[in-house]
Amino acid sequence: MSVNTVPVLPTGPTGKPIKTTDLHVGEAEPGCKKRDPILVVDGVRRTFGGLTAVDVDHVEVPRGAITALIGPNGAGKTTLFNLLTGFDKPDAGKWTFDGRPIAGVPAYRVARFGQIRTFQLTKALGLLTVMDNMLLGAKGQSGENLFRALLPFLWRKQETDNQAKALDLLTRFKLDTKKNDYAASLSGGQRKLLEMARALMSDPTLVMLDEPMAGVNPALTQSLLDHILNLKAQGMTVLFVEHDMHMVRHIADWVIVMAEGKVVAEGDPHEVMKNPAVIDAYLGSHHDEDIGEDPAAEVEHVSAITELLDDER
Amino acid sequence: MDWGAIFNNAAGELISPTTAAYALAALGLAVHFGYTGLLNFGQAGFMALGAYGYAISILTFGFPVWGAFLVGVGASVIFALILGIPTLRLRADYLAIVTIAAAEIVRLLFTTNAFASVTGSANGLSGYKNEFAALNPLADGTYGFGPFENNAYDTWLGIVAWSIVILAALFVWQIMRSPWGRVIKGIREDEDAVRALGKNVYAYKMQSLILGGVLGTIAGMIFALPRAVVPSNYQTTLTFFIYAILLLGGAATVLGPIIGSMIFWVLLSFFSGFIARAVEAGWLPFMTVVQGSQLRFILVGVAIMLIVIFRPQGVFGNKKELAFVR
Repeated sequence: MSVNTVPVLPTGPTGKPIKTTDLHVGEAEPGCKKRDPILVVDGVRRTFGGLTAVDVDHVEVPRGAITALIGPNGAGKTTLFNLLTGFDKPDAGKWTFDGRPIAGVPAYRVARFGQIRTFQLTKALGLLTVMDNMLLGAKGQSGENLFRALLPFLWRKQETDNQAKALDLLTRFKLDTKKNDYAASLSGGQRKLLEMARALMSDPTLVMLDEPMAGVNPALTQSLLDHILNLKAQGMTVLFVEHDMHMVRHIADWVIVMAEGKVVAEGDPHEVMKNPAVIDAYLGSHHDEDIGEDPAAEVEHVSAITELLDDER
Repeated sequence: MDWGAIFNNAAGELISPTTAAYALAALGLAVHFGYTGLLNFGQAGFMALGAYGYAISILTFGFPVWGAFLVGVGASVIFALILGIPTLRLRADYLAIVTIAAAEIVRLLFTTNAFASVTGSANGLSGYKNEFAALNPLADGTYGFGPFENNAYDTWLGIVAWSIVILAALFVWQIMRSPWGRVIKGIREDEDAVRALGKNVYAYKMQSLILGGVLGTIAGMIFALPRAVVPSNYQTTLTFFIYAILLLGGAATVLGPIIGSMIFWVLLSFFSGFIARAVEAGWLPFMTVVQGSQLRFILVGVAIMLIVIFRPQGVFGNKKELAFVR
């Protein structure tokens, strides 16, 4: 895949992005089979003391599509992310990426296989320039070996190529004018963009975004959405965690819903919202009883769900 | 008051081998702390290993100079591995705790009477200079001019010491502008982000720990050559002086540690000469000569505080970088 060509966004006649459909086999139920899964998770469990944060029996992420991982706070979405990317170790479970078992593989090797993640709290490397941030993302750099680092002629050409590629990506993300600035001087939204652009330097096959929209102002949201849609257009698979339901419905081809560590529902973004299990997950099956939950959070979820149901009509 | 002698002595420190040793140790710390973000509080331990490794190899085992040099370097690589294997996977603070304790363990092992036949216990070791002096190509006599006039041994040592410092500075400068250095600086900023980009952070931190430690060890050897090896020289205060030099010059710079070391030693020598003579001349009637010799450290401390307050990025640090320090 070349980064020099910017594909035209796949949008339908109404200006809405074209969804990838026909991803699953059989009923759209938790753990259902996908036609072409890129990530297959089996029996992954992670406990923190007495709390079971993640307990996923089986879930498959379809290739070449945008999959959203949603669920109320504390559902175990980020923990699952950390497990799948090698940043945390599960108590039990196996998973494969592109057919290759990667359970217990350290995070840096997972990334080298082409499964690149971003973080909920953006990790721009503040006291490095934007360009250095980008160059750090490139894979297989011979100058990253201590001994070869001493002999610049061994890596000069690769470095120049990487710089050209980085500049190209920065231009697409409208950060090219900032390339010599410290990343710490960027705004929150620009840092999100930088983190995403940096992840693309390694030509990943699966991009995992942990709340890409958190803390981004509305003006930048649209551009971020377009960038995510672009990833799909370039043949990458995207798995993202998000709370903003509008965004999920707008760009996701498939939605996986987690609650209390388990996958409770899966399906097409429009269908899944009507699933009673999802409403349960967000509102609780006994939402009319006082179970000592934070009332403000509950009101928030109620309004989110009603908003979505309104949207649907 | 003999101002000439005071300034003469102070200027002499500018290029003394001890200044070179501190510059090299601070350069090692710049690799650790300034570039990689490793909080190594045990640089004195690395220096002690260099000094003792060199001295014991020559005195007890009769090694040649290069063999003794390799023993010291090997000891510090092993020391870095012992420190790094358990701690580099943990949060940065753990390395600080472990290194400060390990450096003290090293010093106390060299002090204890149990190994007095090899280490000389609290009296330390001396008489290991002949092998190095034998390599001296310079004829007897004095070299240099004015405050920089020295005998053949000190001139030879000075040439070797500063050549090593220059080579080490070029080495650090080159690797820090390479992709390797970019990964190292990325680790300083956020190691999880670097890990997520497919870099083996643990291996890089280990390389950095060994590299900075070896620089500290070579500094320890240079430090030992103009004097005797005495365990009390390698207390934690030595590490803190080197940190002071590093911050004075600029933590993530190559020239900073070198110029910082020069400023530190010139100031120290100036204050020591000045106070000693001021007490003699009766300018400080409330003070004895012994008290005066301690006052210099207070004055150096004040001078460093002033620099850190009014030029917090150090002499060579980048002011822009500091604007973002959390």
